[in-house]
Amino acid sequence: MDVQTWTYLIVGLTFALYIGIAIWARAASTGEFYVAGGGVPALANGMATAADWMSAASFISMAGIISFDGFDGSRYLMGWTGGYVLLALLLAPYLRKFGQFTVPDFVGDRYYSKTARLVALICAIFISFTYVCGQMRGVGVVFSRFLFSEVEGPMLFGFEPITWGVLIGMTVVFFYAVLGGMKGITYTQVAQYCVLIFAFMVPAIFISVMLTGNPIPQLGLGSNVIGEEIALLDKLDGLSTQLGFDAYTQGNKSTTDLFFITMALMVGTAGLPHVIIRFYTVKKVSAARVSAFWALLFIAILYTTAPAVAVFARTNLLETVPNKPYAEAPQWLKSWENAGLIAWMDKNDDGIIQYTKGASMVGKPAYDGDNRGENKERLLFNQPTEGANELYVDKDIMVLANPEIAKLPNWVIALVAAGGLAAALSTAAGLLLVISTSVSHDLVKKTLAPGISDKQELLIARCAAGVAVVIAGIFGVYPPDFVASVVAFAFGLAAASFFPAIIFGIFSKRMNKEGAISGMIVGIVFTAAYIIYFKFINPDANTAESWWFGISPEGIGTLGMLINFAVALIVCSFNKAPPQDVINMVENIRQPEKEGEELAVSDH
Amino acid sequence: MSDKTSSNSNGEYWRSNLRIVGILMSIWFIVSYGCGILFVDQLNKIQFGGFRLGFWFAQQGSIYVFVILIAVYVRMMSKLDKKYGSKQD
Repeated sequence: MDVQTWTYLIVGLTFALYIGIAIWARAASTGEFYVAGGGVPALANGMATAADWMSAASFISMAGIISFDGFDGSRYLMGWTGGYVLLALLLAPYLRKFGQFTVPDFVGDRYYSKTARLVALICAIFISFTYVCGQMRGVGVVFSRFLFSEVEGPMLFGFEPITWGVLIGMTVVFFYAVLGGMKGITYTQVAQYCVLIFAFMVPAIFISVMLTGNPIPQLGLGSNVIGEEIALLDKLDGLSTQLGFDAYTQGNKSTTDLFFITMALMVGTAGLPHVIIRFYTVKKVSAARVSAFWALLFIAILYTTAPAVAVFARTNLLETVPNKPYAEAPQWLKSWENAGLIAWMDKNDDGIIQYTKGASMVGKPAYDGDNRGENKERLLFNQPTEGANELYVDKDIMVLANPEIAKLPNWVIALVAAGGLAAALSTAAGLLLVISTSVSHDLVKKTLAPGISDKQELLIARCAAGVAVVIAGIFGVYPPDFVASVVAFAFGLAAASFFPAIIFGIFSKRMNKEGAISGMIVGIVFTAAYIIYFKFINPDANTAESWWFGISPEGIGTLGMLINFAVALIVCSFNKAPPQDVINMVENIRQPEKEGEELAVSDH
Repeated sequence: MSDKTSSNSNGEYWRSNLRIVGILMSIWFIVSYGCGILFVDQLNKIQFGGFRLGFWFAQQGSIYVFVILIAVYVRMMSKLDKKYGSKQD
């Protein structure tokens, strides 16, 4: 069977599975819709958390970025896993002990203020939207290559295939997030974790055996190349420098910038509302801790494999593409060119693909419809750059193209597509839930109309999820940057807003509402302004010389967080201490759990 | 339950909790920011199988340590819960 048929088959089967689970586990009450009734076993919750948290960025983009950035890609590996440690040690158990539905709930009660709840609410919605757009884009990338490009050619009814991909992704997520709520999402995510980890590991193991003879990719990464007396990483360093790239294992970013970006990603992970909300779905504080362990273990399987996949893919790419005639280029290169994610501009008219450091053209590829050049390549409107590089490769495709590059069987290629979709859909669903919960519970029920019934609240939650899907889809079609960049900004914003407020809320009894609110506002406004300035208003100035202290927009969330901490402390000291019942509440969060407390959630 | 003894033991519980978290967070910082970023060039001079050690810490080792950290945390906290939980009943 060809790739196309396999993809339809495997993707179709997994989708049927998700929808079946969603129908089986659909939510009947707000308790089930928001936190699955608070009764999910720790192991299953760990798996669901892992799927929730490993997004399209982790599955599709991360190994691709590492593949191109080499050592600098470490920021995502350490950032996204290290943040989990912060979450497990500093936030999750205490928030679970507090026992409400959402982060704005905690912030609102701890800072005894509707304003605080509202500020936290706006931050939660803003962050979730930024993040969900990245997921929709990821869905689009998968669909554009595997479900359309070979049937209809590049264009379908006047839209690029990627647009169609986003539309289909929207429909599926809409269906099971709106119907199943947290209960449906949790059990779907357990299934999605199994699909995505299987899909990630199978090609990695195949390629590891082919390249190094070692079936464990983590060890293959440190082994010698098969039949040669040279370590894989040394060989890749050699290949890279020979072609004019930087050595793979050496960093390009300044230590300061790498430090700040990694910190923003770590703290951002810990502050992401859709991850925090997962700890409300287990019965006890001890179960929240255990489930955090399982989650990180499940995440670590993918995260320690990703750098191996990155190296395998890079080695294969550099061995098969550069300095070969386009006419003899492998089929995958042309398929991805049709999908709009690879472009080749024959600057010196020799028909040979020159691939080296530097951009090949100005901006992203703008294809001249389906018009072809002398060598049958897609023609481009872009201006060429001065450099010798002729090849544009979208970083997002590396994981998806990897099995094709390594000439693995067709079912493996289809499996990877299903895995990428599982990763994107599970995260998107979790985020949509946060958005709808924020609107129906925090905004309508707790702020605007406290009198509404459980049924009405549930209806509002479902409508909000529906609206959110549509908006996310629009941003998915017109994204600000590629997937991981979009997501990286969400982390910066989470780092600069929630994290300090929650930390103070648990570890300081003195922190009052004035301090926390002003900290959150200053933190998120500062971070958003810095990002918007360098990314949208004045992108030409986005260079190391004009950044503050050499910190890129990706890492600015860390500075935003420090500013948040400082502002909160200063404002706090000029205002009076919080009331006694709030101090008692903090005292209670810090105590060991007593018998009987674990049922708190089901009372709602 | 008498208020005074309970608040004393709660204070102790919280202090032990902070000590555990503090130690684990220091290790967290050392393996990631220390070995993976700040001292990566120095560590890269050491060869570790087919890896340079700094590179290995940044892309593999730190993640393994993170998993172990949480496992240790879960064990220590459940011990602590037992110790103080039984006093309150």
